[in-house]
Order: sequence, then structure tokens, then C-alpha cells
Amino acid sequence: MDRFIYADNAATTRIYPEVLEKMMPFLTEQYGNPSSLYSFGQNARQAIDEARDTVAECMNCRFDEVFFTSGGSEADNWAIRMTAEALAKKGKKHIVSSVFEHHAVLHTLKALEKQGFEITLLPVYENGLVRVEDVRNAIRPDTSLVTIMFANNEIGTIQPIPEIGAVCREKGVLFHTDAVQAVGHIPVDFAGMNIDMLSMSAHKFHGPKGVGALLIRRGLRFPSLIEGGAQEKGRRAGTENTAGIVGLAHALKMTCSEMEKITPSLIERRDRLINGLLERVERSRLNGDPVKRLPGNLNISFEGVEGESLLLLLDDKGICASSGSACTSGSLDPSHVLLSIGLPHAIAHGSLRLTISGDTTDEDVDTLLEVIPPIINRLRSFSPVWEKITKGEHYE
Amino acid sequence: MAQYYSDMVMEHFTNPRNVGELEDADGVGEIGNAKCGDIMKMYIKVKDGHISDVKFKTFGCGSAIATSSIATEMIKGKTIEEALKLSNKAVVEALGGLPPHKIHCSVLAEQSIKAAIADYYRRQGVDPTPLVGELHDPDEKICEL
Repeated sequence: MDRFIYADNAATTRIYPEVLEKMMPFLTEQYGNPSSLYSFGQNARQAIDEARDTVAECMNCRFDEVFFTSGGSEADNWAIRMTAEALAKKGKKHIVSSVFEHHAVLHTLKALEKQGFEITLLPVYENGLVRVEDVRNAIRPDTSLVTIMFANNEIGTIQPIPEIGAVCREKGVLFHTDAVQAVGHIPVDFAGMNIDMLSMSAHKFHGPKGVGALLIRRGLRFPSLIEGGAQEKGRRAGTENTAGIVGLAHALKMTCSEMEKITPSLIERRDRLINGLLERVERSRLNGDPVKRLPGNLNISFEGVEGESLLLLLDDKGICASSGSACTSGSLDPSHVLLSIGLPHAIAHGSLRLTISGDTTDEDVDTLLEVIPPIINRLRSFSPVWEKITKGEHYE
Repeated sequence: MAQYYSDMVMEHFTNPRNVGELEDADGVGEIGNAKCGDIMKMYIKVKDGHISDVKFKTFGCGSAIATSSIATEMIKGKTIEEALKLSNKAVVEALGGLPPHKIHCSVLAEQSIKAAIADYYRRQGVDPTPLVGELHDPDEKICEL
């Protein structure tokens, strides 16, 4: 295939060659165990220590607040389960979150609910934003934790994290944020945003898969999720993924230093795509707040088409994208995120998510604007739902 | 290159046969629900007890479009009795298999053909139920309406 446009950077990103280069020694000759006493092991230990310092510098946290994990899902599970467990002993068994969190958070909360915890899921309204006042009103004397994502993975909306954190501080409640989609893409300041715990994942910012981190504010003590060794100060057992950790740190360093430079052009390309698609395709709508969103994210619904068939035709043209359609999930219900912003099911099925990166060129944007509208028209030409829409019939 | 669907599904999805509608159809059947993400609409023309022409319109995933397409090919030119015998299993086999959670698409194809034939009988003043049987929408079982 001659054309290849990767517009699914919220799913995963291209690993930067410089990142791989930094990792390679630890996948080959530098295979020592960081816990070993001899210098061959201590070389790996030193690389991990340096990586921890880099993460601390980029995230504005202390090096002893960084705990490496296998990824974002583990970090979310750990933060939520262990806070819940620790504070349940003090009679606090209520957790506040939002309806459109990632399943790593929502499914963990559901499991806790079965164990007798009470969960409050806040609404996110049509623009896909949590309201700070809702957080304030939801906090009770028995609330242990508030967990709200930094930026949504499907519609890209950026939540008022420092403000939510401030309310939590004021009320004496712990605050965790799943920042998997935010880190490396928008400024995230651990110490300056009133955050107690933060989850991140390397492969979302041009690092390797299978490695992430949970930042835990100093002084917070709660149990480990994975037992069995003294790694990560005894709080996360398992021989360190040295190469992954080194890769995470270098990818973070690269994306954080290039962020200021690439963000304006990323936003410009994103908005050109949004406006171009909304102009060229009738009965289409942007999902999520137009301004408070990730620089690379657009999510548009096209009435009368179904997302999976749209993705297949895009794939045929060498374009990688994503959809909130049910058919792409294995169930018949469309994305919980799209339903949470009040989208009717039938319209949620016709959503398209494009997540662009610094690799995306102006020519790519032109191509996407050229290729997508005829595909929508083609699918609509034999869609009985589109037929109903054009006849003004009810179809939902 | 690796792909999610079989070659046959991709072939019928990218080049669907018998797409569109029949202005002077003798029977029209529609099964599915936009809320569940798939609707199939079948148009048939009947001549001397045979399906002389058939067209479809489908809103749905790749396998929904492919099952509609191949199902129209499988009944075109056949007698009504033969068309009524078309099972979802035969559709799946003809497509070289479907992923497990896409099997309901083949049921939609089977049922939408039966719905079109039922409509044809109704227009002829014949009660379709003893001939066609009860129609059912597979989405009702798996999608919260």
C-alpha cells in the first residue's frame, strides 16, 4: 500500500528511534538485574535511578514519588484498590469518579462496589467536562478518594484538574488522576496541580508498550498491589523492566521538550480537520468541548453511517482511525463515553475518532479531508437510516 | 497483510452486490434497529414464484453489509420456497466464516429476506405466518432497546 496515515495516536504511538536506541543496551548486553550487588547489576540500577530523576524533572515531582508499573491500567488499579483498602479501615468506603473514565478505572470501581464500597459517578454534560462544584457536592465525610481522568481518551476533553484537586485538598480527600492521555501531550504539573496520585503510560507518548508509572505523593502510605520483592522501595514487586523504564523516561523527556514547539501546529491541523469535515459532510457534529480538548484529538459523529464500516473503508485507503461504534467493541452498545455526553445510540454508532501527532503533515490533513467525505457519502447511499433521515422520519 | 475479516467478507463489503432499492418491489422487509447499530432492508421482485430481482440497503458494520450482499446473491433467481430455506448458517459458510460476535449479522440477513417475503405474501392477501414463520430481530436479545 502506497499511502499510510496513522491517525490513532490515542490507541498507541510510534516509538521514537532515539527512545529505542536508549533502550537497546538493556535488551542486549546490559542485561544485569538491577537488584544485584555486582557492578554489572548496578549499571542497570543506575539507569533506573537516572530515569526516575528524568520523570521527576518532567512531571515536577520528587524522584521518590515515582513508581514504575507495567502500564496505565496497573497504575489505575493500584491507586484505586489500595487507597480504597487502606481507608476502608478508617470507615471511609465512598469513592467519587466520573461516568466516562477509562475502563481500567470504571471496572476497578465496579469490582469494589461488589465488595461493599459506594461509588458516585459524576455526569460530564454535553461538552464532556466534569464540573468542580459537582465534585464538591459529592464529597461526604466517608469519602476516601476522588478519581477523575486528566483528559478523556475518546473525546479528548481536558478536565479542570487543579481545581478538582484544590477541592479535594480542602475537604481532606485523596485525589487520583488517570493522566494516560495527557502526559507528553499537554503540560502536567504533579506538585502544582494538587494531585496525590497520577497514572501514566509510556506507549501513549512515543515510548515502549508495557511500562508506565504511578506517581504517589510523598507521605502517602498504602499497601502494594503486587507483592514479592523489594523493588520500588518494596511497594511494587517484580524485577524492573530496565529497558522499558529507560525508554519511558527518554520518551517523556523528548515529548515534554518538543511540546511547546509542536502544539500550535497540532491544534491548527486538528481544527482544520474538524472544520473541514463539518463543512464537507452534512449532518455531522463534533463530540466534546471544541477548546478544552487535547491538541491532537477530534471526534466527529456522522449521522446515518456505522463506525466499523467507516473504519474498514478508511483502512482500505491506508488510514488508521478509531470509532465508538458498538461493532468495534464486541458488544452492541456504543461507547460509554459518547453516551455519557448525551449522544443518542444511533448517532454514537457513527462516530470517528482521529488522533493526530507531530508526525501528521499538512498533506495528511488534505488527504483525510479528501478521502473521508466520499466514504461517508458512499455508506449513506445504501443506508436505510440515512434514507429515513432524508425523508424526515424518526429513526433512533 | 493480516485482516480482521475473511477475504470473502472483505470482497462483499468493498464490492457489495445488489445494492440499492427497487422502486416497484413486490415485497420489502426491514429488520434491526438503529439504536443497536444495524438495520437491513431487503427489496424483492417476484415473477412466476421466483425472486426475479433483489436489492438491499444496510446500515451496519462490515459484516452486516457483507452478509446482506451475499444473501441477495444466494436467493436471486431462486423460488420463494428456496429463498425461505436460506439459513444464517449457510450465509456464514458462504462468507468463509464470521467472528463469533458477528454471527447475529447473518441472522439479520436471513430474517430480512423472510420479512420481505412475508410482505410479498401480505400484499397478495395471503397470511404469511404459516409459510414464513415468526420473524425475529436478533438484536433484541443482545442489545438493550
